[in-house]
Amino acid sequence: MARISMRVDGMKVTDDVEPRTLLVQYLREGLGKTGTVIGCDTSNCGACTVHLDGDSVKSCNVLAVQADGCEVTTIEGLADTVESDLHPVQEAFRECHGLQCGFCTPGMIMQSVDLLKRNPQPSEDEIREGIEGNLCRCTGYHNIVRAVQHAAGTEVNAL
Amino acid sequence: MIPASFDYVAPTTVEEALAALAQYGDEAKIIAGGQSLLPVLRMRLNAPEWVIDLGRIDSLKGVRDEGDSILVGAMTRHCDVATDPLVAEHAALVARATATVADEQVRHRGTFGGALAHADPAGDLGAPALALDAEFVIAGPAGERVVPGAEFFQGLFETAVSEDELLIGVRIPKHTGWTAHYEKFVRVAHQWPICAVGATLKVSGGVIEGAAIGLTNMGSTPLRAAGVEQALVGQHATEEVVRSAAALAADGADPPSDLNGDADYRRHLVTVLTRRAITKALGG
Repeated sequence: MARISMRVDGMKVTDDVEPRTLLVQYLREGLGKTGTVIGCDTSNCGACTVHLDGDSVKSCNVLAVQADGCEVTTIEGLADTVESDLHPVQEAFRECHGLQCGFCTPGMIMQSVDLLKRNPQPSEDEIREGIEGNLCRCTGYHNIVRAVQHAAGTEVNAL
Repeated sequence: MIPASFDYVAPTTVEEALAALAQYGDEAKIIAGGQSLLPVLRMRLNAPEWVIDLGRIDSLKGVRDEGDSILVGAMTRHCDVATDPLVAEHAALVARATATVADEQVRHRGTFGGALAHADPAGDLGAPALALDAEFVIAGPAGERVVPGAEFFQGLFETAVSEDELLIGVRIPKHTGWTAHYEKFVRVAHQWPICAVGATLKVSGGVIEGAAIGLTNMGSTPLRAAGVEQALVGQHATEEVVRSAAALAADGADPPSDLNGDADYRRHLVTVLTRRAITKALGG
């Protein structure tokens, strides 16, 4: 077992984990953060995307021990709960119906927040490229892209 | 899918890492960013007793100016290489290729040295490193040694780095003022290329003074298209020169056949991609 400490969604946690424990497993099973989902389990789909020290990562492709000492933000800790229940990007996904079955949504939102942090006014092409590591098996990309545009305040073409 | 059990050590210096390697030997695997190794461990294609994590060795992170060359630390993340001003100025082809590796999440974890030491023939960084005459700095029990690209890549997932050694950095001779483009052909977004071509050129007064062309996934190692380079150097940068040079791209290549395409398909594809890469590097 290895002792790890990190800050997850603002809360300091310390645990003993097996070194083989994946970050996503620790978040879900160790901390009950089931808002972060496991999709493909092969590091393709991006459903498990969280922020590690401010950068988006696929949490099924990071060991919990590698995140020792880091700051982790999951979909559950994204919103400023004093101001609002939803982060502006979550609000935009709701407003634009940027989801169908909703399984990819936590990862899509976490990656979109990362994209908008680096590029606050992305073009449609930049959005599509910026979320290329996230798959929507409903193929609902159109409204996802619109939601990111909406969150960025850029022009959104009418349906 | 969860990896088989292993013990874990995270040294903070190269010396400690080498000591751990010496102690655990072939029962150990090195993890850099882990973006290739973790899928392998999860699928249980490999089950090491020990995993040695280089992620806490700060001296291996970052890009340094060394006068005639730049040194990219092995643990520099793709996202940092792709946006590094020294890389942009002196090794534009590396910046271009790195920006196309997988997706943003993977580029936030994956490292320059990790990807090169993994030596996947479809990896995007080998061909640009080879084309730019990069030298690979390897640390071992007897000290450091430097290996040129042609010797570093030895075969499928096989490099000159021995079991008791570590790739600690890659020295790239400055190609200041060279334009570059990495042309990558993928079937699905964020996947490995079926074939890709890196082209970087030095042009003065319309004449091509220098050309370096690297090929990805056209053999078991990255390749250099020497025939294309020779056909370009000293010539005026015209469409016809580019077209006839690019036609030589598959000479000497031994591309694989797989579900994405057979060898003949890749032989054709590489000439098209080479033409596009050169044309785009020329600003077209």
